[in-house]
Amino acid sequence: MTAPNHNWRNFKNVFMQMLTFACAILVVTPLLLVFYHLIKEGFSSINLAFFTQLPKPVGETGGGMGNAIVGTFILLAQAAVIGVPVGVLGGVFLSEYGGTKLNWWIRFAADILNGVPSITWGIVVYALMVVPMHGFSALAGGVVLGMMMIPLVMRTTEEVLQLVPGGYREAALALGISKWKTILQIVIRTALKGIVTGVLLALARVAGETAPLLFTALGNRFWAHNLTEPIAAMPLQIFAYAISPYDDWHRQAWAGALVLLLLVLAINIGVRFLTRDRFRQKI
Amino acid sequence: MPATENPMQNATALAVRNLSVFFGKNAAVKNVSLDIAARAVTAIIGPSGCGKSTFLRAINRMHELNPEARMEGEIKLFGDDIYSRNIQPVVVRRRVGMVFQKSNPFPTMSINENVTVGLRLNGIRDKKTLAERTEQSLRMAALWDEVKDRLSAPAISLSGGQQQRLCIARALAVQPEVLLMDEPASALDPLATSKIEDLIRNLKKDYTIVIVTHNMQQAARASDFTAFFYLGELVEFGPTPKIFTSPAQKRTEDYVTGRFG
Amino acid sequence: MDNHFEKGLDELRQKLLTMASHAETAVNRAVQALVQRDSELAIRVKEDDRVIDHFEVEIDDLAIQLLTKAPLATNLRLVTVAMKISQDLERIGDEASKIAKRARDLCQEPPIKLSLDLPRIAALALEMLKVALDAFVNKDSAAARAIIPRDKEVDAMNKQIHAALVQHMEENPDTIGRCLHWMVASKSLERIADHATNVAEDVVFLYEAQDIRHTGVKSGIAPGL
Repeated sequence: MTAPNHNWRNFKNVFMQMLTFACAILVVTPLLLVFYHLIKEGFSSINLAFFTQLPKPVGETGGGMGNAIVGTFILLAQAAVIGVPVGVLGGVFLSEYGGTKLNWWIRFAADILNGVPSITWGIVVYALMVVPMHGFSALAGGVVLGMMMIPLVMRTTEEVLQLVPGGYREAALALGISKWKTILQIVIRTALKGIVTGVLLALARVAGETAPLLFTALGNRFWAHNLTEPIAAMPLQIFAYAISPYDDWHRQAWAGALVLLLLVLAINIGVRFLTRDRFRQKI
Repeated sequence: MPATENPMQNATALAVRNLSVFFGKNAAVKNVSLDIAARAVTAIIGPSGCGKSTFLRAINRMHELNPEARMEGEIKLFGDDIYSRNIQPVVVRRRVGMVFQKSNPFPTMSINENVTVGLRLNGIRDKKTLAERTEQSLRMAALWDEVKDRLSAPAISLSGGQQQRLCIARALAVQPEVLLMDEPASALDPLATSKIEDLIRNLKKDYTIVIVTHNMQQAARASDFTAFFYLGELVEFGPTPKIFTSPAQKRTEDYVTGRFG
Repeated sequence: MDNHFEKGLDELRQKLLTMASHAETAVNRAVQALVQRDSELAIRVKEDDRVIDHFEVEIDDLAIQLLTKAPLATNLRLVTVAMKISQDLERIGDEASKIAKRARDLCQEPPIKLSLDLPRIAALALEMLKVALDAFVNKDSAAARAIIPRDKEVDAMNKQIHAALVQHMEENPDTIGRCLHWMVASKSLERIADHATNVAEDVVFLYEAQDIRHTGVKSGIAPGL
């Protein structure tokens, strides 16, 4: 090993280290920029009124995004009702009753669905629900978000269940416990944290979807009284305010964006908290 | 030791006739016939891949977990054909328990929840019964004294040897007639291994035990009868002292003296 | 296969055979010293007995070491049989020493006027030992079985010599001391044959896993015949 070789190798090592460090910083930078801007522009507009009041008519200042915030939660609740059972049970099927060619096709379909642009989802549900119902509705919004959640939840559930060691299933079956009880009480119970994590992350993902809601929930300036009416949602409201010419609305858009980001952040932190190393899982 | 003669002493717990187990086209077990004595310990030895684990799993129908598995022949458990159409695998598994090589207490459950899981998930909820069976099973598994003050502690907080004894208690709680053990001590240190062997010796008063082991010394120490399997066939079966001091078959002699395997 | 262990077993066999040849030599020399009234030879026999005793200790040590490796089946029988054979060979050495001692005693006194065919008993006893050891080396348990009945011949010869000596003692009371020495020597040879028989029984156990000791019938007949 001659001296020049040694130096060159050393230089390569240091160079790569610095390059990868720089890239890592680059990744984090946009997040920091987004946070900075949102807080700078939107923080001042966040007050109690923002969370509780309806938007004021054009020209008046004040008001809030209460209906949009509630609307987002209503849509997420519906999405969960649709997405969680179907997604989780679908994942259970893929993991526990697997092995056939059908499973391969189901997985393939789910992976494709996960890549479908969200606006396409919106158009499909528009054709399936909005047109026959002769109107936009909260229901349609919940359905589209739920359908988007299904392949996501199904795949994460399947993966998490596969991580449960086969030894537990064998031990349970060897005790004379029936297969479905084994799945429910042993396998799912062991993987529960992971399943909940997958569901929460899917919810966080669909919480910010705007395009599909354009074709289904549409948005509403007032409180929705039932699910067959259009309903406000935060992404829709933010969009509407942002492209408007009014400064007051711009400020509220920033605030809305900040609140939405905080919601997603809260879900992620919640997930971290749940998946921390604890002695005993007590979910 | 009881002074009265045990009427079960010479009974046959498992009558195996012409058992063959296939995975796809491969025969892992070929035409094996043997009688496993009740209230005794039978060891199954042989080199890797000789079919001993497959044979063991055929006794509680666990080989059926592999969709490509197929069996021929007959196994009778105290006279009942365990493969008859009238008997569900679940029922067989309540009469024939199993302990695995790698201990696997359920991680989301406490010690006593693990012991009673087989009872609770099969419908037995009476608290008094569960408590009694918990103590009884933990005593039989030689674990009671070590855990009686912390039955609610997580099962995974126990040491490796204790976890394996917990798995034994869990299997015993459903009161099976036969206990199958697949290399139960191979992952344990010598002290933990010797505790397991002591407990096997105690258990055989009430249970029929079949143990697969690659450790010949363990088979020699802990069993009453030994079966030697090679390439899926039963080569020799007899009282343990005879197999290890003067086996009849040359293949047995060669394996036992370490000439292969 | 554990090479180290195999070497240990080979070493065990070798030591046994070496010990056996020492024992044979001791018996031959003792009888020669007796018959040829050679007290120098007799002293050498007693000294060489220490070598034989040392072999017994070495063989037992090696055997115990091999037992810690937990041998099974044939290997287990080999190790335990080796310990027993070494004990029998040691006793044979002791008997040879006893004969040598009597030889020295007899050298101090004039010979008696009685011809006794001790060499013949010695030859038969040694042949029994040789056959038993050959059977050990050649794994030939049938040969070992065949040698066992010949112990009766040795017993018969000993009885004959005993009777002849008794008669001589009655007729010539002044020879009682010397005759007693001869009796002891003859008895020692009969015991040597007994030890050879033990070795043969041990060889049968080793290769057939059958324990034919104390079966009451010194026939050595294989079962089924």
